[in-house]
Amino acid sequence: MNQEQKFLPRHDLDRLLQQLKEESYNCLGPVVRDGAIQYLPITDSSDLPAGVELDQVPAAYQLEFTDGDRLFNWSNGPQALKPLLFRPRENIWQVQRDSSGNLAFSQADESVEPTAVIGVRACDLAALELQDRHFLVPGAEDPHYKKRRDSLLLIGVDCSQPSDTCFCVSTGDGPDLRSGFDLAMTELEDGFVLRAGTKRGQKILDALNLSAATETQLQQVAIQSEQATARQRRLLPDAGVQKLLLQRPEHPHWQNVAERCTACGSCTSVCPTCFCFSEHSETNLDASVSQQVREWSSCFIPNHSNSHGHPVRADIASRYRQWLTHKLAGWQEQFGRSGCVGCGRCISWCPVGIDITQEVNKLVEDTG
Amino acid sequence: MNGDINLPREAVITERIQDSQDTFTMRLSVSGVDRFSFLPGQFNMLYLYGVGEVPISIVPDGDSHNSFDHTIRVVGRVTNGLGELQPGARVGIRGPFGRSWPIDMAKGRDLLLVTGGLGNAPLVGVMEHLVKQRDEFGHVDLLHGVKQDAELIWHDRYQKWATLPNTRVLLTADNPSPDWSGSQGTVVDLFSQLSITPQNTTAMLCGPEVMMLAAIERLRGMGVVDSNIWVSLERNMQCGMGKCGHCQMGPKFVCKDGPVFCLSEISGYFGKKGI
Repeated sequence: MNQEQKFLPRHDLDRLLQQLKEESYNCLGPVVRDGAIQYLPITDSSDLPAGVELDQVPAAYQLEFTDGDRLFNWSNGPQALKPLLFRPRENIWQVQRDSSGNLAFSQADESVEPTAVIGVRACDLAALELQDRHFLVPGAEDPHYKKRRDSLLLIGVDCSQPSDTCFCVSTGDGPDLRSGFDLAMTELEDGFVLRAGTKRGQKILDALNLSAATETQLQQVAIQSEQATARQRRLLPDAGVQKLLLQRPEHPHWQNVAERCTACGSCTSVCPTCFCFSEHSETNLDASVSQQVREWSSCFIPNHSNSHGHPVRADIASRYRQWLTHKLAGWQEQFGRSGCVGCGRCISWCPVGIDITQEVNKLVEDTG
Repeated sequence: MNGDINLPREAVITERIQDSQDTFTMRLSVSGVDRFSFLPGQFNMLYLYGVGEVPISIVPDGDSHNSFDHTIRVVGRVTNGLGELQPGARVGIRGPFGRSWPIDMAKGRDLLLVTGGLGNAPLVGVMEHLVKQRDEFGHVDLLHGVKQDAELIWHDRYQKWATLPNTRVLLTADNPSPDWSGSQGTVVDLFSQLSITPQNTTAMLCGPEVMMLAAIERLRGMGVVDSNIWVSLERNMQCGMGKCGHCQMGPKFVCKDGPVFCLSEISGYFGKKGI
């Protein structure tokens, strides 16, 4: 194991980025824009958020700029990998109508280039695996998602600074990278300990021709992991939560949440596993071509559940119940595990600071 | 099928039938295809050019391999537009989707089919199977209810089914006209005319949820267990493949896991407000 872990000095990080470019990857990495960390195109390591730290609490996300050297000393941005694969809005097919009224349907064109994403977190990868289970169901693969998924090279970073809102330890998904990465990095003060997760990752690692990580460096990795784990204090109940939530649709706490929830849908747009979408047609002016557009939807939108012109879930209590029960219970039956990866985004980005861990604990503890 | 599961196929309207004031049937065949196979109870997503898609149950067109019917009530933007289309016009089709009625499981048993309004459409395939394989089943009761007798469609079909051996067809209208020959009242009121053997009966229900819930209550009271009661549900189905998330009821995707469910699979959710 030891000889497989290599050390990349901090001043050599651009060698990794250069290697990715030589292998024809477009590079995306964490960049500060609009007051938040976002995965955006980068040219070299100077684009990365050096010294940036992050304070996330319910209803607040605040970057702090220090003079430190670390590039990955923050937990996460508002979006995981979801928008790179399951686009917020995209054309999925088009249909041409000729003068005789014949219809010719064709897949929407899209060129996809190999893309490497640097700085991916354990929670992002756990969420990606769940999105894969949904969009890549054997026999019903979504071709748009699949094309982009196949183009991705994922370079993860062990999370050293979980936020107050993080609870990936509780869901079993972090803070260290577990699986799903091509290459994993642990950032230390003077550089990065690297390990490969796939042959593609190994190839890049081999090309860098690095020396093995020292025992001291590996000890630092272990200590950092322990400290990151110990920082997390939020807990999501695990055992039995599925059954309890399904059995308690009438629990008074649903109404209690509904009195605070504005049904804005922020939680569903930042949630890395939420997959609901709506489709609509957009036709050109001479009505010769119509595009079928797929856009993210949210179970908090009143007409999300419309049937015969009326919503099945007419009030906020039933919509919040749908979101939470689906996330923690429905997912179990549909995909074999909970749909929550403990990233905490729904807590920070909720304008009124509704905390999924606290609400679930109330719903499970009280007998109602 | 082509490689892209999202992509509709072109279908041509070969015939248009006005079934009642607000209900019509379009007979369709998929362009360039010799055979369109589906099972009773499955549905298609039917696309109106430039407007959108709606889920519509598939009704068989006799023994035809590549022709099928969609019987549609005009209720919204898409169905209104579809109603304007005449023979020769083109639409898009994705499907067939969903789980079918449990015909194989019901073999050797008595059948009780209970439908309301246009809920009879998903069960035409079951009745047409009976026409061909009547001896596979025991006694059959077919109950159907409409609000007004003018809403009753498919008189010919009901007459034909009523002539099948050991088969009873009961029709009712809430507000019938003087020349109505069926019963008066709801379809659930017809249950008083039944004499079923509960343990040997498989019930298949399709219609408004309130109707199905009332029928379930009566069936349970008669001793029919949930595992012998099947329902076909309607929800907001946009993709048809369990992807878009809109049709969920509890942990079920109605479009993919249903629309036909055994009541014992969904008794914890079905009929509960807001689930």
